[in-house]
Amino acid sequence: MSHLGHGLRDDWGQTLVSMGHKFEQMVVLDADVGPATRADRFAKEFPNRFVQFGCAEQNMISAAAGMATVGLIPVLSIFACFCSKRAADQVSISIAYPHLNVKLCGSYAGLSTPNTGATHQAIDDINIMRGIPNMVVIEAADALELEQAMEACLQYDGPTYLRIVRCAVERIMPDDYRFVMNHAYRLREGHDVTIFSSGMMVSASLQAADLLKAKGIIAEVINVSTLKPIDTETIVKSVKKTGCAVTVENHTIFGGLGSAVAEVLGEHQPTLLKRIGINDCFGTSGQLESILDHYGLTAIQIAEQTEELLLRKKF
Amino acid sequence: MIPDIKKLTQIAAKTRRDILEMMWLAGSGHIGGSLSLVEIAVVLYHRILNIRPQEPNWPERDRVVLSKGHGAACIYAVLAARGFFPRHWLWNEFIRTDRKLPEHPDMRKVPGIDMSTGSLGQGISCALGIAWAARHLHKKFHVFALMGCGEHQEGQVWEAAMAASHHCLGNLTAIIDYNNRQVSGLTSDVLDPAPLTDKYRAFGWHVRQVDGHEIEDLITIIESPWPEDRPRVILARTVKGKGVSFMEGEAKFHAASLNDEQYAQAVKELGLLEVKAAS
Repeated sequence: MSHLGHGLRDDWGQTLVSMGHKFEQMVVLDADVGPATRADRFAKEFPNRFVQFGCAEQNMISAAAGMATVGLIPVLSIFACFCSKRAADQVSISIAYPHLNVKLCGSYAGLSTPNTGATHQAIDDINIMRGIPNMVVIEAADALELEQAMEACLQYDGPTYLRIVRCAVERIMPDDYRFVMNHAYRLREGHDVTIFSSGMMVSASLQAADLLKAKGIIAEVINVSTLKPIDTETIVKSVKKTGCAVTVENHTIFGGLGSAVAEVLGEHQPTLLKRIGINDCFGTSGQLESILDHYGLTAIQIAEQTEELLLRKKF
Repeated sequence: MIPDIKKLTQIAAKTRRDILEMMWLAGSGHIGGSLSLVEIAVVLYHRILNIRPQEPNWPERDRVVLSKGHGAACIYAVLAARGFFPRHWLWNEFIRTDRKLPEHPDMRKVPGIDMSTGSLGQGISCALGIAWAARHLHKKFHVFALMGCGEHQEGQVWEAAMAASHHCLGNLTAIIDYNNRQVSGLTSDVLDPAPLTDKYRAFGWHVRQVDGHEIEDLITIIESPWPEDRPRVILARTVKGKGVSFMEGEAKFHAASLNDEQYAQAVKELGLLEVKAAS
């Protein structure tokens, strides 16, 4: 992973343009981060369908709600930290409460914006969005999934939150993958432990599975791209087989993927679970690879924590 | 004189009576700010707006966003009078658990409500979004946002003021129900937003002022020509609790319940108001 060069945000810029051609009623709203999120590519292609609101996210989000009532499909291309924390009330009350057809995309998610530090690293946006009724919450693992997920969001009639990262991510979803809202996807079959992940951590989870395999531990890896509504059936089916689970997320361990999986397991299949993520602390400024190491999110560290869990399972 | 002033004055008196009855039957409500809004709402819904009660979602209709969402009882009363829904909803559905008329307007439940509001400051932003979309889609309808004075303490209002002017939304009119009262007392004591006329002018809006209880003046000001290059704001001086002597100017009636004695006194005064309006 690198935060330099072509990033998932560049794929987002392309996706906006391709979706703009498919969905005539789509308009894109920006809060002065277009060049960063790459929404400026949509602005160049469709200047009349791009609206600049400046550094005023709360107004932008409620305005999007108003636009949706007249039949437009507003797409908010915004930093994840600002649309979740700063404008949480607007997202909740203007958009979600009346179930309006607005599509939020939270970019620069989690640690994927390593330089900026805590103020711009959204480590709790999934927690906030999951808690908002009527909101569908999705995190894209790579460019292929991003484009398909965004199209699914645009076809869906209601509010959606799509979380993406700034940095480059490996292409991991197979060519014949078809995103389906609320379906988790098994990328690797296994029987000793299930690793649930989403977004940019899916790639590291697959690498961790490779490391574990070298030690004779066969991990099942599942991409839970829809955090809400979550795919209970796939989660329970896997854990019934493996008997224990690890979640890996570019997010606090409170309220994100780990919590979502724990909710499912607690109600349907009580199972030993280890949540790997940002452990109740803020992000920090630095270089991406060293930041991931700092927070225990490299493939080696994921593999180590999974092995520890398996030891606990034995006893 | 505009010919239907007398009729609108009678409607205003009846609207006040309806609001009181709703509040009494519900047990409590935002009565002061509903009563201060009456003439503004009556002028809009009975004279100005291009709307179809039998077709609440008619795409070409003028839009109203009640940014001061706690004034919903007033809007419900005028909607019922216009035939958007049966009148008995006012007695049976207002603030009943999960029923049709919640205390703050819900666009999914109430025919004639164009936007769900209640969290102050959001409605004006929604209204500007509607206005932008209308222009983008070459629609001719106008958008009204009804705002409170205390609401102007919310920072989002000023984000909206900047944006509406920046985007030259000449199809947007905000009307401020300026009763200078809010929960904690005088708005000018709590956090004085004045001078709003100067502030809105500085933000690039066209500004006019009016007595918010003078029907003829309201009509004249709304219907007279305005420049179409920028949004408009009408600062309407009003009295919180207007029409009931012991409520007028009282912050404590922002949200309140009435005892039997207060209800009886209010009924008497509003009854006299109706008689006076009919004469």
